[in-house]
Amino acid sequence: MIAKLGMPKWGLSMTEGRVLDWLVEEGAEVNPGDELCEVETEKITGAVEATAPGVLRRRIGSVGDVIPVGGLLGVIADASESDADIDAFVAEFEASFVPGEEEDEGAQPQVVGGIRYLKQGDAGEPVVLIHGFGGDLNNWLFALPALAEEHTVYALDLPGHGGSAKDVGDGTGLADAVIGFLDAVELERPHLVGHSLGALVAAQVAARGRAASLTLVAPVGFGQPVNQEFLDGFISAESRRELKPVLQLLFADESLVTRSLVDDVLKYKRIDGVTEALTTLRGAAFVDAPDVDVPVLTIWGAEDRVIPPGGDAEIVEGAGHSPHMEAAGEVNRLIDRFLTAAV
Amino acid sequence: MARKISYQQAIAEAIGSEMERDPTVVIMGEDIAGGMGAPGEDDAWGGVLGVTKGLYARFPGRVIDTPISESAYVGAAAGAAASGLRPIAELMFVDFLGVCLDQIFNQAAKFRYMFGGKAETPMVIRTMYGAGIRAASQHSQALYPIFTHIPGLKVVVPSNPYDAKGLLIQSIRDDDPVIFLEHKVLYTLEGDVPAESYTIPFGEASVVREGGDVTVVALGRMVQFAQEAADELAGEGIDCEIIDPRTTSPLDEDTILESVENTGRIVVVDEAGPRCGMAADIVALVTTNAWNELKAPPRMVTPPHTPVPFSPILEDAYVPTPEGIAAAIRETAGAPTPA
Repeated sequence: MIAKLGMPKWGLSMTEGRVLDWLVEEGAEVNPGDELCEVETEKITGAVEATAPGVLRRRIGSVGDVIPVGGLLGVIADASESDADIDAFVAEFEASFVPGEEEDEGAQPQVVGGIRYLKQGDAGEPVVLIHGFGGDLNNWLFALPALAEEHTVYALDLPGHGGSAKDVGDGTGLADAVIGFLDAVELERPHLVGHSLGALVAAQVAARGRAASLTLVAPVGFGQPVNQEFLDGFISAESRRELKPVLQLLFADESLVTRSLVDDVLKYKRIDGVTEALTTLRGAAFVDAPDVDVPVLTIWGAEDRVIPPGGDAEIVEGAGHSPHMEAAGEVNRLIDRFLTAAV
Repeated sequence: MARKISYQQAIAEAIGSEMERDPTVVIMGEDIAGGMGAPGEDDAWGGVLGVTKGLYARFPGRVIDTPISESAYVGAAAGAAASGLRPIAELMFVDFLGVCLDQIFNQAAKFRYMFGGKAETPMVIRTMYGAGIRAASQHSQALYPIFTHIPGLKVVVPSNPYDAKGLLIQSIRDDDPVIFLEHKVLYTLEGDVPAESYTIPFGEASVVREGGDVTVVALGRMVQFAQEAADELAGEGIDCEIIDPRTTSPLDEDTILESVENTGRIVVVDEAGPRCGMAADIVALVTTNAWNELKAPPRMVTPPHTPVPFSPILEDAYVPTPEGIAAAIRETAGAPTPA
């Protein structure tokens, strides 16, 4: 079997990635989940993992190469495949690959009832991803394609966030909005995965009988205090200079906060009504989580500076408040294993 | 939610949404509706290139076709602003500034300072500038340095649809006189623009591209050209950082100086002339404040000190080109010209 190691698509705006470093030599045995190379996009740097077991037979992308989404990074194949067959595979791919073609087939976000969402994958049980305070569906850029291999995945923007309507009323209706979304896309009891404030919202939805399971990533409302400096700083920052140190609190590795990431958050914050929405949510949405009676997985970054880890949680070393971005491979595997067991 | 729209649509959307939001916003100028007071269609023109088309029907009484007298309606806008409205006056081409300059530089720009800080003048003058459409020397100039020179005016030179919408909304909401300069060649440029209203603060440069070898400061249409040059040079191993100041007054000096501290090299690209223009201004800023960081003489890429020619061949030779920008960057970087 000869398998393509392709340039992944991380987030809506990614069209290409640059090979930063290969982590594995040609000829090495690899297994699904092994990190093979580091890729840098305009927004973020991440690791590309092996998609199939075998031997890394070719490293097509050299360090520094810019490769379009879907383009060939490398080839994984059994040791028994001949070099000629591998070369033929590469030649055939190069001859037929059209950059951007796959992307057009990829999902574009849609809006239903004022809620923007992105749907990916069309097999397996439905999973709904809910971002945290000030975030949006792009926060799941690494999780979405990974989970979509075995599930139908929906990532949504909460009211007041991303591409959803910016009116949040009195700030207590986030769970209602998610339930309205589930009704609109006809999901009775999906698996819910929430980050931070989104984890609390997921728990509120689960408590109302609308979840098959609950994955909480660094959740609000489960007894651990929320760093008020982060919330205040996020709301009040008006410039790159003010916002950057606030966003750095989200990660253990502060270099992940690129200028592009800061610019994107600033663009969001500058939309009419966003500051008001965030201020309202800060005052009304941060409450204690209700009890739930579905299977629960809690994941926390060991170096979380926004909400310190606590309770019975899988601790991800080397990650801060956003382990799903900073240690995506490990978090994806934890979620995948949990969802498989919860089915 | 963002979708792709043109620079022209972004400007129209900003005006429409602010007129919707704030009933004190009015717009006036020559043919901005078109046909008013004459037999035939009232909304025939929507401005020279149709930017304001459709506003007349949406906001009756607040879209005012004026006589061909810039001094009258720009003066009226200054007075309306000082007495409670938020007027947008459209000066068809910036080249016509000469016939209404007193109203701008000696009236509107001075009100706040001469009336004990008690007067606010929330007016916007929207105007087209720039060469590239064979419109000859009276309709092709890039005169924003003249406004930049005058204290009391804020001067905005957007290079793309996202910035055009956010900066125009900011201009309308701002309490001082703002000159908003639209490059006519950019009107068809498309880009991602949120459907919602949003603002971009004045005096905040955009870092269009990050790089460590040469700082390239470019404005308006020149930002695209600088990007083309940078793409070309990336293949030669020269990594450009492109900074678009977005507003020339106020000017984001910090972002430019921080970048030069990192690269030690600067090229300024400007469609305005070389004398007393933005390129000379920014080079002076850098040599005065970052002399010790400089590894090579700064370079300016500007048109020559002549009127914009009418001959297409000469006009093309007049406007800075991506090739010319790349050559200046190579020179600054000490890199060879490729064969």
